[in-house]
Amino acid sequence: MTQALIQIRNLHFSRGQNKIFDGIDMDISAGRITAIMGPSGTGKTTLLKMIGGQLHPEAGEVIVDGQNVHRLKRSELYQLRKKMGMLFQSGALLTDLTVFENIAYPLREHTNLSESMIYSMVLIKLQAVGLSAAHTLMPAELSGGMARRVALARALALDPMMIMYDEPFTGQDPISLGVLVKLIQETNSALKLTSIMVSHDVNETMSIADDVKIISQGKVVAAGTRQEIEQSDSAWVRQFIDGQADGPVPFHYPGETIEQQLMKVTK
Amino acid sequence: MKALTQMLTRLGRGSLFLIKILAGIPQLFLRFRLVVQQLHSVGVQTLMITLVAGLFVGMVLALQLYYTLSTFGAEDTLGMVVDLALVRELGPVVAALLFAGRAGSALTAEIGLMKATEQLSGLEMMAVDPVNRIIAPRFLAGFISMPLLAAIFSAVGILGGYSVGVDLLGVDSGAFWSQIQDKVDFYDDVLNGVIKSFVFGFIVSWIAVFEGYDCIPTSEGVSRATTRTVVHSSLAVLGMDFVLTAIMYQ
Repeated sequence: MTQALIQIRNLHFSRGQNKIFDGIDMDISAGRITAIMGPSGTGKTTLLKMIGGQLHPEAGEVIVDGQNVHRLKRSELYQLRKKMGMLFQSGALLTDLTVFENIAYPLREHTNLSESMIYSMVLIKLQAVGLSAAHTLMPAELSGGMARRVALARALALDPMMIMYDEPFTGQDPISLGVLVKLIQETNSALKLTSIMVSHDVNETMSIADDVKIISQGKVVAAGTRQEIEQSDSAWVRQFIDGQADGPVPFHYPGETIEQQLMKVTK
Repeated sequence: MKALTQMLTRLGRGSLFLIKILAGIPQLFLRFRLVVQQLHSVGVQTLMITLVAGLFVGMVLALQLYYTLSTFGAEDTLGMVVDLALVRELGPVVAALLFAGRAGSALTAEIGLMKATEQLSGLEMMAVDPVNRIIAPRFLAGFISMPLLAAIFSAVGILGGYSVGVDLLGVDSGAFWSQIQDKVDFYDDVLNGVIKSFVFGFIVSWIAVFEGYDCIPTSEGVSRATTRTVVHSSLAVLGMDFVLTAIMYQ
């Protein structure tokens, strides 16, 4: 049994009246790729922000590398974040800096490396994502897939222990998709990272994930290895994996039925 | 009642945000390059509109005041009256309104878009405090730029007043300048105007960066925040101008 790098216990979180997490428990194993899947709006990205300490839960705790994220002082949280990389859905590159400067940014902020050393390190990171020749470009000149690859290089700049991917495959053409899948898998095994991938792209995610957690309506509805999830006969899992329109997640938005609404008009 | 609670909550959030910005300013002296970059985009890029507006305000002032003063045979005091109006009131106030419209709105939109495109979250996750790196340099640049722009506005306005009063309407050049030298007091008039422009720079910059940072991260949210920056900071400048004038010239 691999040791859990991240432990989430009894996590509760709401946005206004909308309950996002209703007592989530989850262990994320070190050195593996864990996919967190679920329908849109179930709080997958919110969960990543909780792990990164950007959002605070109403109750429960998130323990990363033995530290309770939401009890840390700001300086301690920042120390922990240096060991976390995050790839945002949009890339989140700083638009007024070149590709090179974007990757050099965390190195300049947190290290005292010489310019020549920074230059070498940035180019090595860019080479790993296949974009060393693009280091002079501005983010506006990159395609969506290239922007995510640059963001991956930036997330790797400080050699983190884990990387969180927020919807890495959304809106990508098949070639970019293939490149990203390959990069995530190779990066994880080459650098012995722990990867957490939030996604609802079933095929791509299932092709590289070691463990899968499916969350829906505030709870973890299924968890296990990829093979276990693929063979599961749970209605939640089948609906999500097979893309069924109706099931435990209803086709109709919950509320009054059409008959009740029509009756109001005729009264 | 709900609206009042919301307003007070935002004011509280804004005040806490200001404290965070002010706490981050000492660190900026080690990274003054960040402030210099912002001085260019906030200050230098507002220069043209300030120069043109200052020139026309000075020219119009001279035209209007000349016809009023000439009915009393007091045309020679034109320079003094134009100068007082500019350094005491119009310089700081109109420059601040232009600053809110040009630089304040740009600051809000830029910070709001950085929030909407997750750039601020990205910095947070790189263990870089966005308030120190993004917000504080912009705030400080606005605070420094505003008094300089107000001074330039007044200076250009006086030249505009001179060109209309002396060159066009025939007021004596010597009288124009000597009246200014004689009647405009450095402490009571010029310094009070400078204090006003510092206060306005502080208020407009604070509102602009807070609105950007606090906006709803959607295109509509950024657009609303930008509008609020211009409306709130213009009203704050005009209201604060009344308060400061009442204190300074009682």
